[in-house]
Amino acid sequence: MKLSVWTYEGPPHVGAMRIATSMTGIHYVLHAPQGDTYADLLFTMIERRDTRPPVTYTTFQARDLGSDTADLFQRAARDAYDRFKPDAMLVGASCTAELIQDDPGGLTKALNLPVPVIPLELPAYQRKENWGASETLYQLVRTLCVAAPASVRAGRAIGARPRCNVLGSTALGFRNRDDVVEVTKLLNRIGIDVSVCAPMGATAADIARLPEADFNVVLYPEIARTTAAWLERTYGQRMTKTVPLGVGAIRDFVQEVAALASIDLETVGGLDAIASSRLPWYSRSVDSTYLTGKRVFIFGDATHAIAAARIARDELGFTVVGLGTYSREQARDVRDAAALYGVEALISDDYLEVETKVAELAPELVLGTQMERHIAKRLGIPCAVISGPFHVQDAPARYSPQMGPEGTNVIFDTWVHPLMMGLEEHLLTMFREDFEFADGTRSHLHEKAVVPRLHTATAPTVVLDEDSQEPVTADVVAVEDLVDEASAEVSVVARWGPDAERELGKIPFFVRGKARRNTERFAVERGLGLITVDTLYEAKAHFGR
Amino acid sequence: MTATAAACIDRSLPVLRERGQREVFCGLTGIVWLHRKMQDAFFLVVGSRTCAHLIQSAAGVMIFAEPRFATAILDERDLAGLADCNDELDRVVTQLLQRRPEIRTLFLVGSCPSEVIKLDLSRAASRLSQNFSPRVRVLNYSGSGIETTFTQGEDACLTSMVPEMGSAPATENSLLVVGTLPDIIEDQFARLFSAMGIENVQFFPPKTSTVLPTVGRGTRVLLAQPFLGETLRALLKRGASHVPSVFPFGAEGTTAWLLAAAQSFGIAADTVAEVTALPERRARAALARQKPNLVGRRVFLFPDSQLEIPLARFLSRELGVELIEVGTPYLDRQTVAAELDWLPDNTQVSEGQDVDAQLDRCRAARPDLVVCGLGLANPLEAEGMMTKWSIELVFSPIHGYEQAGDLAELFARPLDRRARLAV
Repeated sequence: MKLSVWTYEGPPHVGAMRIATSMTGIHYVLHAPQGDTYADLLFTMIERRDTRPPVTYTTFQARDLGSDTADLFQRAARDAYDRFKPDAMLVGASCTAELIQDDPGGLTKALNLPVPVIPLELPAYQRKENWGASETLYQLVRTLCVAAPASVRAGRAIGARPRCNVLGSTALGFRNRDDVVEVTKLLNRIGIDVSVCAPMGATAADIARLPEADFNVVLYPEIARTTAAWLERTYGQRMTKTVPLGVGAIRDFVQEVAALASIDLETVGGLDAIASSRLPWYSRSVDSTYLTGKRVFIFGDATHAIAAARIARDELGFTVVGLGTYSREQARDVRDAAALYGVEALISDDYLEVETKVAELAPELVLGTQMERHIAKRLGIPCAVISGPFHVQDAPARYSPQMGPEGTNVIFDTWVHPLMMGLEEHLLTMFREDFEFADGTRSHLHEKAVVPRLHTATAPTVVLDEDSQEPVTADVVAVEDLVDEASAEVSVVARWGPDAERELGKIPFFVRGKARRNTERFAVERGLGLITVDTLYEAKAHFGR
Repeated sequence: MTATAAACIDRSLPVLRERGQREVFCGLTGIVWLHRKMQDAFFLVVGSRTCAHLIQSAAGVMIFAEPRFATAILDERDLAGLADCNDELDRVVTQLLQRRPEIRTLFLVGSCPSEVIKLDLSRAASRLSQNFSPRVRVLNYSGSGIETTFTQGEDACLTSMVPEMGSAPATENSLLVVGTLPDIIEDQFARLFSAMGIENVQFFPPKTSTVLPTVGRGTRVLLAQPFLGETLRALLKRGASHVPSVFPFGAEGTTAWLLAAAQSFGIAADTVAEVTALPERRARAALARQKPNLVGRRVFLFPDSQLEIPLARFLSRELGVELIEVGTPYLDRQTVAAELDWLPDNTQVSEGQDVDAQLDRCRAARPDLVVCGLGLANPLEAEGMMTKWSIELVFSPIHGYEQAGDLAELFARPLDRRARLAV
């Protein structure tokens, strides 16, 4: 039994729903009590889908338990077939139905439906959503790919344009909708056609022709690695190892697929042209100098967290101070990645543990899920969202991929906007004696900004009220909010002398909270009861970079 | 799947009884508003990851870093009997109460899995109550989807608190208003009761979980929500009497509700009229502003929050709406008898659900507005229908005179929006 406040992942049957909902002509009959129908709203409200997920729930009640829930399941499966006429049917149980052991697979087989039936065994007390999605895709592919390996290999035409499948994109997948478009463009630019994209947009017939492609692109290893590995074993289809998230990873990916497709990149314009994006120049431009060494904490699913760490260090010049994931299945990959940055990986699905870690590390930027956004908001730290679990903000109206060249542009904007803009920071320091920056004046990023507008004469070159691209930035709160809260706990041990307090007041508000925390930590660690001006500067020297 | 038409006992309203797929939340959802009402209470669901995911997804309340609810997620070891569930539960509760010293009442909330494995939470609650007495009282109820739908969770929660209420002397006359109401609405009602001469008014659930109302022979129970039948019956067993009434939605409903309370105290109708005249006029004026947008509109209500029957009555009588079908998860005649009397003749009431069949009926009827749950709203909008999500009716202040206009506006807004949009 585990005490859980918020969960990063739903139960495994929600993963199965994500696969079914991604596809067309697939129906999922789920043995489940009525409350489990809440999962529909994940798709219709959070992802704003315009159709109901293709799922029939048996919605059994307590009184059914005494009689025949198996019969209820069979009726529901039969009715669902009659009504929806799917090309293939997934059947399974949610957590409660797993306990009553009705065997949905066997019950459906007995109906002799004229379509393939794929029974799903998703242990709800052991596994979670992403595993459920992965397992569902795997079972679906194993059942529907019936071609003999030899005949498939013979069918691949020699000399034709190379073709690949793109695997792993799902409903409720973080920016999957746009990633698929962006990666397809990238592949086309190299001269590779996409044969099947699955599960997103695929039919049962598409799944059956997966083996026809030359190789598989694994976009989300959490969802597609198991399936791609099986296709490799069975049909000799190679699979990609690199996920094209970030400039460096895109270059690696382009080279990897070019090799798999036996394409000489020079004949299609060259690597630089194919992988070109704005991020490198934006990152080198002088305005980005202030990003140097910003301490970032990264948490998310394994794919996005690992990629984010590489982008953060190598492409934006940040310092990675923490890296973690809630995906236990991919813990090893994240540990390996963490070793590259000299940090210990945080493998946890306990939100409170993550919060404690963030508070302890006091990073300058958090790159996380919607959960970490809340943590960061509470701690007054800027944050950008890099990974699911899915939130309504993760299905923006505009094209907003994470992968491919445009993805890196999106990432640059998304991560950098929550931080104070470089020139702005410079001006704030310059004008800190100005009344605009007096105590109580909030950053323009603050959601309840009440400051008078800056006179153009004071700050001619900076537009302080620019619209932020990302809705999340609206939640960035001024560090001010944190100060009282943070000091309340510590001041018992280290008291601020009046001079030191005054000196602290001269520090710009947006770094004052950090200065206060660092000084107090410094004082506590050294057993100093009174914080003087010297303590303040000793601490600054100690923590200063 | 199966549907039978049966005559309604109270009056000749046709009731369509259906059994098939339901598209409703389970009773765990009630935690979302209950934990906000009783701010010194904590709700610990003993269940699965699905339960945790449901509350988090349905509630959309992730603004609280550490909320006053959580899930003790059962794992394989608990199910295989390797770990004694009771020991595990004690461990989790101890951990929780150490972390949250401000908690005074802990609800252990049963779920589908805990019911199916027959985990006895009432024994656990009394054991834990002893361990943590007097600091924390531990109660239990079931919010499981195999036993409760959506708002029934509140009914189960309140029922679990009834035995904890102190006894009032038989001679002490009091009014007990039952059902979670926003504080501002409680205050509005308290002022009205006081002006009518009812001074001894208690609200249940209370703002502080440890300050429970008392109950006795002189207690008159006035329900503020239609889904509290079990709570009502538990209170009747404690000697209280029921004040049957329609519910305080709209100008007319609110007046009738206040009048029913007043009459149970022998207060003259004139006195009531004096008190209610002004706010009722305000409410009617507010409704008159919304009425042109709603009059003659055809509305279809899917079963969801159990508020459907009172709201249908309000829509039809005060706003001139034509009711196509009024769905309700279950029909508790003891609580909604007065409402049924006020529904127009031949209103099609349906009880239970077979969602695909109901959607077919809805599509065939092409109503002007569909009141439904979150899972159905966007797909119906995409089919060209206009919808009002019923969950908003549970979370918004809609009771009483001052909110009558807001309530009408909730229904009018989707229509207004569609009229404005040129896309």
